[in-house]
Amino acid sequence: MTPTEIRAAFLEELVSVAPDIDPDSVADDDHLQDDLELDSMDFLTLVTAIHTRLGVDIAEADYPRIATLGDAVPFLTERMG
Amino acid sequence: MGVFAMPSLGADMEEGTLVEWTVAKGDTIARGDVIAVIETQKGAIEIECFEDGVVSEFLIDVGKAVPVGAPLAIIGTGDAPDVPDPTPPEVPASPPPLQPPTPAPDVPGESPVELPDEEPLETPELPPEENRLSPLDPPSPPPAEDIRASPAARTRARELGIDLRGIRGTGPDGVIVLADVERTQPASDVQQALAPPEKDPKAEMRKAIAAAMVRSKQTIPHFYLSQTFDMQAAQDHLAQLNKDRPPSDRLLLGALLVRATALAARDCPTLNGHYVDNTFTPSTEINVGLAIALRGGGLVAPALMQADTLDLDKTMAAMRDLVSRARTGRLRGREMTAGTITLSSLGDNGAEAMSGVIFPPQVALVGLGSPKTRPWIIEGTVQPRSVVQMTLSVDHRANDGRQASRFIAAFESHLQTPEEL
Repeated sequence: MTPTEIRAAFLEELVSVAPDIDPDSVADDDHLQDDLELDSMDFLTLVTAIHTRLGVDIAEADYPRIATLGDAVPFLTERMG
Repeated sequence: MGVFAMPSLGADMEEGTLVEWTVAKGDTIARGDVIAVIETQKGAIEIECFEDGVVSEFLIDVGKAVPVGAPLAIIGTGDAPDVPDPTPPEVPASPPPLQPPTPAPDVPGESPVELPDEEPLETPELPPEENRLSPLDPPSPPPAEDIRASPAARTRARELGIDLRGIRGTGPDGVIVLADVERTQPASDVQQALAPPEKDPKAEMRKAIAAAMVRSKQTIPHFYLSQTFDMQAAQDHLAQLNKDRPPSDRLLLGALLVRATALAARDCPTLNGHYVDNTFTPSTEINVGLAIALRGGGLVAPALMQADTLDLDKTMAAMRDLVSRARTGRLRGREMTAGTITLSSLGDNGAEAMSGVIFPPQVALVGLGSPKTRPWIIEGTVQPRSVVQMTLSVDHRANDGRQASRFIAAFESHLQTPEEL
């Protein structure tokens, strides 16, 4: 998958967890929990969805690496590469 | 044989709107079956019946708002109903949901505030005693035509006179969200589009929360005790448990906190129950209410039933289910009324302490701040540890500082031995 495709997939799963988020308005440095107000349950749901969809297992220790869209795309790209 | 009445789903509820019958006339039902869906200020709630019988008659039309205690249906033995004057309404007071609204102000959105023609029965504050203290009924399977929609979507659809059945949901698992309803709105209907919504669901929920909290603060003499705990053991145990699990099987710290609350409530029964009519009644069940923040604002506190009987994995599964239904689907009536103590946690990224407001008629609320790394003294040396501040809010009519302190000590002790949770 290209980074663009990963980005689109991540955004889709994010909006699925939080349907009131407008995907076009998510900035690269928006913090999923501080800015977009995902709580720990939402965040775990997102990690689960990414795992299912992209086959990337994100350990708890790696949670900070997907804290924003801008961090998550290169991290997931590297893991999938 | 009996009258099925609009239940009270919380201290703040005055009326509800019948959204759907999930049974048909003539159906045989058992105690605990979901028989109707009621829209309240806190969203759509599935309502269980409290007796076995046969649905003899519906007394209220779908779409109609009635006060708590008003008769909704007659549950009979299958014979001709023999009921003391339930007085079925002669006319459907509001248009059926499918019908597009006439121009304002006579839109259907107004009908929910209309009082029914018949005399409402006496408004009970709570479901009957037996319903609160009896063992948990097995959950009934969801009805075949279960339409999953967010509370905001339901309210908006009703305002616009749109039938949810005609909408394709774009939320998780096809749940209908507010945007889906608004997309469905006929663009040509300028007048309708320009008319302000009759009721803003967020404002309605704020009103409901305000009513419950004002009542709590005005009638419950709160006192608060706080303690800061070392959470490192619990967090290390959690990390260890989650290490080799796929994300779908991972636990959250919240599950450990629910377990600690349930076990402390078992240790200290004077904080677990209801204060009604100047009397505290301890509950035989431990149903931990979970304060769940809804995205976009608002809060509900449905109960995780019999939390003391669940292990950590089952607790986590029940929390997932409860949070998911609180946000997008339907909570059940019993979950809204059967809580015996409430847990309100600020989660990972909040403030470090919270003194919460007790959810009446309960007598205690466990408030937890976010865990923070702080210098902590262990055997004379300073170490960085993850600590959390707990504040227990207590009803002074039912307890004093001694019992509250015992609860806090029990809670801390359970968290210090996380492998036993």
